[in-house]
Parts: sequence; C-alpha cells; structure tokens
Amino acid sequence: MTLFQLFLSFLQIGLFSIGGGYAAIPLIQYQTVELHGWLTASEFMDLATIAEMTPGPIAVNGATFVGLKIAGIPGALVATFGCILPSLFIVSILSLIYRKYRDLPALQSVLGSLRPAVVALIAAAGINMLLQVVFGGRTNIVFSKTNWIGLILFVSAFFALRKFKLNPILVMVLCGALNLLLGVAGVV
Amino acid sequence: MDASKRQKHKLLTLFFTMMYISAFTFGGGFVIITFMKRKFVDELHWIDETEMLDMTALAQSSPGAIAVNAAILVGWKIHGFPGMIVAVLGTIIPPMAILSVISLFYQLFATNQYVALVLKGMQSGVAAVILDVSLSLGINVVKNKRWIHIALMAASFIATFFFKVNVMWIILAAAVIGIILCILERKERKTI
Repeated sequence: MTLFQLFLSFLQIGLFSIGGGYAAIPLIQYQTVELHGWLTASEFMDLATIAEMTPGPIAVNGATFVGLKIAGIPGALVATFGCILPSLFIVSILSLIYRKYRDLPALQSVLGSLRPAVVALIAAAGINMLLQVVFGGRTNIVFSKTNWIGLILFVSAFFALRKFKLNPILVMVLCGALNLLLGVAGVV
Repeated sequence: MDASKRQKHKLLTLFFTMMYISAFTFGGGFVIITFMKRKFVDELHWIDETEMLDMTALAQSSPGAIAVNAAILVGWKIHGFPGMIVAVLGTIIPPMAILSVISLFYQLFATNQYVALVLKGMQSGVAAVILDVSLSLGINVVKNKRWIHIALMAASFIATFFFKVNVMWIILAAAVIGIILCILERKERKTI
C-alpha cells in the first residue's frame, strides 16, 4: 500500500513539475511533508541541501531519498519510476511528432523562433551561476565581496574550453581540485 | 564490425556517455544539456546543433525533469526505443546511487568543509562550460543574420535575466512569434 502511495505521489510530482527542478521543490514538499508526513520539515530541508550538492534532477533525488526512507530500495525504485513515467509517455510522443513533422514550414518557423530564445535561456542560467560563484548571488554585487579565486578559476576554465577545447568534465573536476588545494593551503 | 555489433556498440556508448555526464553535472537541467551538446554535437556528431536546440526547447516545456526529458529525446533520436531506455537509465542511475550512499551519512557530508571547497570550485567550472556553449550558440544565431531571431534572443535574455519572466511564457511567446512569422511569409508569397 505504501509502495503504491509512493508511486502515485511521485507520479503527480513528475506530471505537474513543468520547467525543471525549481518547479518540483514545492510539489515534493506538498506531497511528502504536508500530505503524507513522510518527512518532517527539517528532513525536507536536508533533502533540498543534499539535492543541491549532488548531481541529478531534484525530483529523482527526492524520489530516491523519500523512497529509501519509507520503504527501502523497492521504495526508491518505485518512487523514481513514478516520477519519470509521465515524461516517458509525453516526451516520447512529442519526439515522434517532432520527427514526423519537423520539416513542415509552420513547425520550422516555430522551431526557428524557439532556438534563439533557448540560447538566451541557457546564457542567462550561465550568468546567474557565475554571479553566484563570484558574489554569492545576484542581489549582493559588491566589489569588496568579490570571490577572486572563484573568478580566476572561471576565467581560466573559460579560456581552456574556448582556446584548447578541453573536455568540460575534466575542466570542472580540475576547478574543484584546485579550489580544494588552495583552501587547504589557506589561500581561500 | 557487422551491423548488429555496431548497433550494440552505439547503445553502449550512449549508456556510458549518459552515465558519465549525469554523474558529474550539478545544478539544473541546462547544465546537463550543455554537456550533452558538447558530447553528442561537437564530439560524436550524432546530433546536429539545430536539433539539439529543438530538443532543449521540447525538454524544457514538457513536464518532468529536464535532464530526463532530454535523455528521452536524445535516446529516441540516436537509437529508437532501446536508445531511449538506455539513455534514461544512464541518466538516473548515477544520481540514485550517489544519493543512496550520501543519505546514509549526510550530516558528515553536508558539513564537511573539504566537500564544500570542491563543490565551490566546481561551480566556477560549470559556469565556464555553460557560458562557453551559449557563446558558441549565440554566435551562430548572429551569423544567420535574421534580425528577428537576433531581436528575439536579446528580448528573451532581458525577460528572463532582468525581469525573471517564467521560462514557460518565454517559450510560448517565441512559439507564437514563429506562427505569426509563418503566416506573414505566406501572405508575402501570395502577393508576389
């Protein structure tokens, strides 16, 4: 019964979170804390923190965390399956439609207008992340609070990617390792 | 290599690439999409750039996690139904495994200063990857010299970055503009 309830809850989270992780957080909170009491408010904060610090979509992380806590490994599997099931159906259908009709002039025109918008969205996400690293967020852009090490790491990483086409994951791991070294050496 | 062996090889490459990307991408759907673009468009040449952008728009405007949606689209494109299953599994296995381990001793993890240092440094790298990819994409939009697309890109950026307009509205508005453009072009052709 609990397994089925987990499945249904995360099915709803998967179905109604449109636009990525930040849309999923309030839904996960409603289902797990308020509706079913599977997590306390402070456990939910823990979940949000862990989800932020680990790779992967927040909904998948949430499903694994809550599923494990409520019903062990079967719980984690059932909850995760529930949260990706709506995507499997809806996005697969969209994929078929796209493949079939992508050459129609009308759809070409729509897609042609969507592409520049998507480029802008990706760029904005990148700039927000940069502001997060250098100033700790966009609301407190103060020169004296600049994280110089973070800025230098960013500039070097950007240069390495553009000029030498280095592997992006290698660049990212190197940035992490360098920051750790500098931190241990007491520079940061 | 015979055909079926090559297909199997392609599926395996897809699976391990998705696992690899998924295990290392922190912070939201756009991050994983930029890594996918670097890998599948620039390195393996399995998908062209316009199609990757179309997939990004579809993944963003469908319900569910952007990373999972993008994996579904990429999987179907590369190898049909088995490709889709393999891509989705590759995307969700790493976060499930990592989260299971970490939730066992997360107090230790969340308060550890060395973990915080590594994550902080990695954020610099992630920002660089995203801005590198978006700069390349932006240059291509400008090179196409369709002023309406350049204006659309600028307007979308201002709307999302300065006015925090919901991404869904931006995508919807861009789609509507596309429809209007299509109707206008048709009228023009008729009058000529």
